[in-house]
Amino acid sequence: MEPKKVVNNKARVIPGFGLSLGVVLTMLSVLVLIPLMSVLGYAFRMTPQEFWQLITRPNVIGAFGTSLLCSLIAAAVNSVFGLLLAWVLVRYDFPGKRLMDGLIELPFALPTAVAGITLSKMYSTKGVLGAALARLGIRVSYTRLGLVVALVFVGIPFVVRAIQPVLEGLDRKYEEAAHMLGAGRARTFFRVVLPELMPALWTGFGLALARGLGEYGSVVYISGNSEKNGTQVVSYVIMQKLNAGNMDYESATAIALVLLAVSFLLLLFVNILQVRAARRTRERGA
Amino acid sequence: MKHKIAPLAALAAVLAAGLLLSGCGSRMLTLVNVSYDPTREFYAAYNEEFLRWYQPQCAEPLEVLPSHGGSGSQARSVIEGVDADVVTLALAHDITLIEQAGLIDPGWMDELPENSAPYTSTIVFLVRAGNPKHIADWDDLTAPGVEVITPDPKSSGGACWNFLAAWEYALRRYDNDEAQARAFVSALYGNVLVMDSGARGATTTFVENGQGDVLIAWENEALVSLREYPGEFELVTPSVSIKAEPSVAVVDENVDYNGTREAAQAYLEHLYSDEAQRLAGQYGYRPTDPDILAEFSDTFDLNVQLCCIDDFGGWDQAYADFFADDAIFDQIYRG
Repeated sequence: MEPKKVVNNKARVIPGFGLSLGVVLTMLSVLVLIPLMSVLGYAFRMTPQEFWQLITRPNVIGAFGTSLLCSLIAAAVNSVFGLLLAWVLVRYDFPGKRLMDGLIELPFALPTAVAGITLSKMYSTKGVLGAALARLGIRVSYTRLGLVVALVFVGIPFVVRAIQPVLEGLDRKYEEAAHMLGAGRARTFFRVVLPELMPALWTGFGLALARGLGEYGSVVYISGNSEKNGTQVVSYVIMQKLNAGNMDYESATAIALVLLAVSFLLLLFVNILQVRAARRTRERGA
Repeated sequence: MKHKIAPLAALAAVLAAGLLLSGCGSRMLTLVNVSYDPTREFYAAYNEEFLRWYQPQCAEPLEVLPSHGGSGSQARSVIEGVDADVVTLALAHDITLIEQAGLIDPGWMDELPENSAPYTSTIVFLVRAGNPKHIADWDDLTAPGVEVITPDPKSSGGACWNFLAAWEYALRRYDNDEAQARAFVSALYGNVLVMDSGARGATTTFVENGQGDVLIAWENEALVSLREYPGEFELVTPSVSIKAEPSVAVVDENVDYNGTREAAQAYLEHLYSDEAQRLAGQYGYRPTDPDILAEFSDTFDLNVQLCCIDDFGGWDQAYADFFADDAIFDQIYRG
């Protein structure tokens, strides 16, 4: 129902539906579609048997397991802490708030390799944080835990920035009403505030997850890339195919293709959850 | 007056255009040297030496632009279109890949002396000061409780040489018995604590993050770590290792287009001069000139027995036998 309304609306800000659609399609083709098609082209140079043999190799399957598990965990952690961070930034005033707000984007600006090297040093058994954790018997660098730490680092801005504007626009009178009607803090949060934030939270979760699935730079330095310990991620296996002196483009793109397909399905699922949450929010509002 | 100025102006314009087109005196000649990570300091010094020697012979002002990165990915970027005039990479194989892409004429390896490798390196051990685990040779790396750091041969071309050096040692020790060589290398890689994606990552893990007892490294990189962290590490040269030949070549396709062939050739030929050979020695590479190598006998252990990649049937054969999917490395590493 809604798209129809938009098309019929005559007072559009950007004129020329044909022109703007053309620009969008050209941009999409050059930047997204053509590169993706070339991935397909390369991958399909393999026979189906070769393709199947490659992607069912134990190290490839292991890497998919690691990538999916770690980026799901990291996205979940980010959803909790990102929500908390956004809440603190929107609802409270404190000295240094602007500075903290500006720091959120830092993981985007920092080259991921720098982040990876720094984190691996900090969390290694000889590092500032790692030494203390090692005494408790927790190893971070060169384990899956380290991998999750790196992914949390690169993913947190997505969640914070997705939730912040929604939280800012959230009318406090709902919370006041809930309070007046006798709801406790927990009930108010889980029944009133959280449902409003769910669509944005799913968006942030999806973005952080997507970032985690494809992440390379920060991960390779902290994970140790051990097939035995299950710390090889998919992007590392792809780089192995490109770097190992034989430049096996076909295998690299074949694995990349599977990664794309898996990511697409996963993100589609997250998107559906997001749309559903948004519909529920609208219905409540109506 | 008016009709006299017009032809003069036209003449001046034509002359100016002619001058610009001929590039006489006004053109800047740029030489792009696409190299790999550890040569950064060496080529910074060499470029100065080269310009000091070559600029007086060259009509145009000349500059050399260096580019550094992982050797394999640098080769890939040249294939994909980086405008390199010369490549000075870690392994002959990386240059062969550029040759196969049609950018370098076949036979480049015979164009310069010593297989077009002006300096060589080998695989050594870096251990912590005082050598607390008493590491002297390859078999000490297989002892229980010794933690080894070496990069992943599946992702780093350079790391394959670490493996091959260990393999060669085992073959010599066990009279070419392959089963025993497998067991030996399997024990060694069983001691590997962290397998980084490349030499740089492995060095960070060992040097900065303090992981492991011994780093298997290229000699030139180990020497850099010794220099940067005086008193913290020691270099141990094993009895057997492998000679690596970082090779150089003119990128024929690009120099013909850029008009830089003469300068590019001079740039590579001058690497064999006494001055450049000494610079190579100072920056941790073994000079190929035997007399100058002898001058550096306290930097380099000249008693090490060196095998070379041809002993393994060349790089492609070695790669197929050892590092391709399900080849020897996969077999022993998975156990």
